[in-house]
Amino acid sequence: MRAARVLLRPVGFAGFGLLTLVLLAAAFAPVLWGGRAAAVDTGNLLAGPSAEHWIGTDNLGRDLFARVLVAARLSIVLAVAATAISLVLGILLGAAPMLLGRRLGRLVTSAVNVLVAFPGLLLVLFFAVVFGVGARGAALAVGVAGAPAFARLCHTLMAAVSERDYVAAARIAGVSRIRVLLRHVLPNVAEPLIVNATMAAGGVLLTFAGLSFLGLGVQAPSYDWGKLMQDGLNGIYVHPLAALGPGIAVVLAGLAFNLTGEAFAAAFGLGDQPGRAHSMEEPREPVAATPAVPRTVLSVEGLRVTIPGPAGPIRAVRGVTFAVSEGEAVGVVGESGSGKSLTALAVAGLIEPPVRVEAGHLVVAGEDLMAAGAHRRLGTSLAIVFQDPMTSFNPAHRVGPQLAEVSRFHQRMGRKAALARAVDRLRAVRIREPERRARQYPFEFSGGMRQRAMIGMGLMGDPRLIVADEPTTALDVTVQRQVLELLAEVRRDTGAALLLISHDVSVVTDVCDRVLVMYAGLVVEELPSKDLRTLARHPYTRALVAAVPDMDTDLSRPLAVIPGLPADPVHVPAGCAFAPRCPLADDHCRAVAPALVAGVACHKSTEVPV
Amino acid sequence: MKIPTSGRWPRFALRRAARLLVSLWVLVTAAFLMIHLVPGDPVRAALGPTAPADLVLARKQELGLLEPLWRQYVTFLRHLLSGELGVSISSRLPVGETIAQRLPASAQLAAAAFLLAVAVAVPVGVVMATLTRRGRGRRTELAFTSTNVVIGAIPDFLLGVGLVYLLAVQTHLFPVAGRDGLDSYVLPVLALAIGPAAVLSRIVRVEMLAVLETDYVRTARAKRLTSLRVHLVHALPNAVTATLTLGGLLLSSLVAGTVLVENVFAWPGLGSSIVSSIVAKDYPMVQGTVLVYGAGVLLVNTLVDVVLALLDPRSAIGES
Repeated sequence: MRAARVLLRPVGFAGFGLLTLVLLAAAFAPVLWGGRAAAVDTGNLLAGPSAEHWIGTDNLGRDLFARVLVAARLSIVLAVAATAISLVLGILLGAAPMLLGRRLGRLVTSAVNVLVAFPGLLLVLFFAVVFGVGARGAALAVGVAGAPAFARLCHTLMAAVSERDYVAAARIAGVSRIRVLLRHVLPNVAEPLIVNATMAAGGVLLTFAGLSFLGLGVQAPSYDWGKLMQDGLNGIYVHPLAALGPGIAVVLAGLAFNLTGEAFAAAFGLGDQPGRAHSMEEPREPVAATPAVPRTVLSVEGLRVTIPGPAGPIRAVRGVTFAVSEGEAVGVVGESGSGKSLTALAVAGLIEPPVRVEAGHLVVAGEDLMAAGAHRRLGTSLAIVFQDPMTSFNPAHRVGPQLAEVSRFHQRMGRKAALARAVDRLRAVRIREPERRARQYPFEFSGGMRQRAMIGMGLMGDPRLIVADEPTTALDVTVQRQVLELLAEVRRDTGAALLLISHDVSVVTDVCDRVLVMYAGLVVEELPSKDLRTLARHPYTRALVAAVPDMDTDLSRPLAVIPGLPADPVHVPAGCAFAPRCPLADDHCRAVAPALVAGVACHKSTEVPV
Repeated sequence: MKIPTSGRWPRFALRRAARLLVSLWVLVTAAFLMIHLVPGDPVRAALGPTAPADLVLARKQELGLLEPLWRQYVTFLRHLLSGELGVSISSRLPVGETIAQRLPASAQLAAAAFLLAVAVAVPVGVVMATLTRRGRGRRTELAFTSTNVVIGAIPDFLLGVGLVYLLAVQTHLFPVAGRDGLDSYVLPVLALAIGPAAVLSRIVRVEMLAVLETDYVRTARAKRLTSLRVHLVHALPNAVTATLTLGGLLLSSLVAGTVLVENVFAWPGLGSSIVSSIVAKDYPMVQGTVLVYGAGVLLVNTLVDVVLALLDPRSAIGES
């Protein structure tokens, strides 16, 4: 039950508890302590706190604690009444586009938009003039003043609901507008509306206290918390509790409404409650450290990436070993979730806690990433091209300075020199009019241009390795080609090695010398890319290659797919992770995980007809 | 700021100016209609049941209430354009004069409180975001959010009362009320600023947390800049643009919030005069004050939009 879940949260428990107390006071305090609160004691005027009068007495000798309790009813009733007025008016105004048709509705909506810009208190004061001073006038004023905010909320919620199919269906079926609103729309927006109304009631309570405090709300001889505070403020020198007591009551009651609302919002999934990170200690096999192969620019051994998750740690990369020699282009292919992008990020040293990176050995361009330190030299020796060029540039800075920053920071260049280099690099990645483009913001660039600028950013230093994580996935086909050609050209010019991550087998075979095929966080096959289509031995690699349509694919038949779903990284099977989807798998495959031997990790590799 | 592409800025200026004008018109019309919306006879109500009938009639004549509504509206607009706001019923002084005398005190209060709130909220929010990022420092996070919620739930006038009790009555550090010297500003400005600072720091933290997860911050880290530079140069400007929208709303509610706080501290500003005018049913005075407050809020909103457009050029074209 959701209600039960609300109560189990500390916030919900505190909120509900407080709210119950406040409501109980509102219901029973006037009956229980009404007499005591009204009893005049002329021998005890403006007395301080005592055993008899916990927070003292007022100028007629009446007990203030009793008065604070008794005032709960009027304060709560007025707040709830005003909230109800806001809610009803807000629903009517918010539903205007639905009830009145488009043109009148738009008029109402824009009027609401104008009114929402004014702070609530100003509207309250305006309506307090119209409705007059006093409890009734103040309730109307607070209620009407709160309506625009509710109208805006209703409008947004209803606009979302009214686009759903069942509402459209009801409308086409000729159901009247009011009926559509009552039967189909309101029930679907009720939940967030009630949650918001609960929180708003807390705010209204405070506003009301403010109004009474100003003398515009409840008038003597009636009293609510605000009125008590007004009476108490004059005597704050001699008797501070007279003003602070009702103040504390107001804050507690306001918190009660707020916390209850927040707890419900969190339980209904309206707010954002970050998931608790689980501890993820698990035994890990010791990995023997071996020295890096000479002339390698990247050397990875036993790389593991673990993500803490609510259902246990997700072992996204489970022990990957490979190396990239100087000037070499290595591709990593696999389905989504195979761990290839995390491998790239780990290699680039960009994974942050709580995601954990472990490796026996991880050396990039001469920097040991497993050793502590800032690895500042990677700023110039490692270039990274990210998947989504649209989001990878900082929208608040111009493109030129974003490139120039690398040189300014790492090569201690002056502003002018660095910017000149940035323009030069933009020209090198074939961006036209680089001087003008450097002064522009990223949003003025197209996707392909941004990806080229990103490559240009990597060229600000002297990269020995370029890590490109799906660099063309977000681009259309012609632009993809240009970016790949640019990468090839950059490699020719700089002699940098390339680690290219892609789910696209054809891209990798075009660009790379060697291919690593990843499945469920492991490398399952490693082979020269020219052999990928013809000499692959792992059933998964073959299925992956077969799933790529080419010019000879018979389009009258369904395209080839790999049956089944990728392995669940939380519950990786004990044996070969591909076994559940593999046509060749037997009990041995399901029980024992195959090791990567001679470029392939498969018990059946010898049985696969080549 | 250099104008990047011609056409975008004029369009933005035109659209924003049109919205400001429409809002101003709504404000002016509402202020005009206020006295007509009051049920019964507003002048009779203002002067009391014992006032002689011919005095009521004379006052109505003076306020122009006997003329047809449209002519009253035209006269009202004409007077407004020439800066005339009428004469107060109770003090018989020109409304404009009273407002001009009291406005600076209120404006100083609001501006000082806003600056203080921002100056506190941005560093606190950024530090909290860094400390509690990605599930780190859960206890710090809990302490921060819960104090924040509690402080945010205390209305400014109550904070004012509490501050008076703690820092004026108990310790005599600052004067209880009035506007006399710099130390008299401390308590009212604190009372006004603490709540918005709490709300704003929460927003800064959430925005900062979101920005720290973006691809472009990852790009900045890929450049191997110092963590300080990543946070301050790459993350903060983006978090602030989003925060500013809310800061603007807070500033306009600060303008109105002065009303309550001024009453706590007997501050000689507009806030204390509007309340007494409402109680005394001094309609011309209320009308003038509402106009000034409303115009202030609208100007603040417009200013925030312009600053936003300068900081984040996308908002100038992106907004509908």
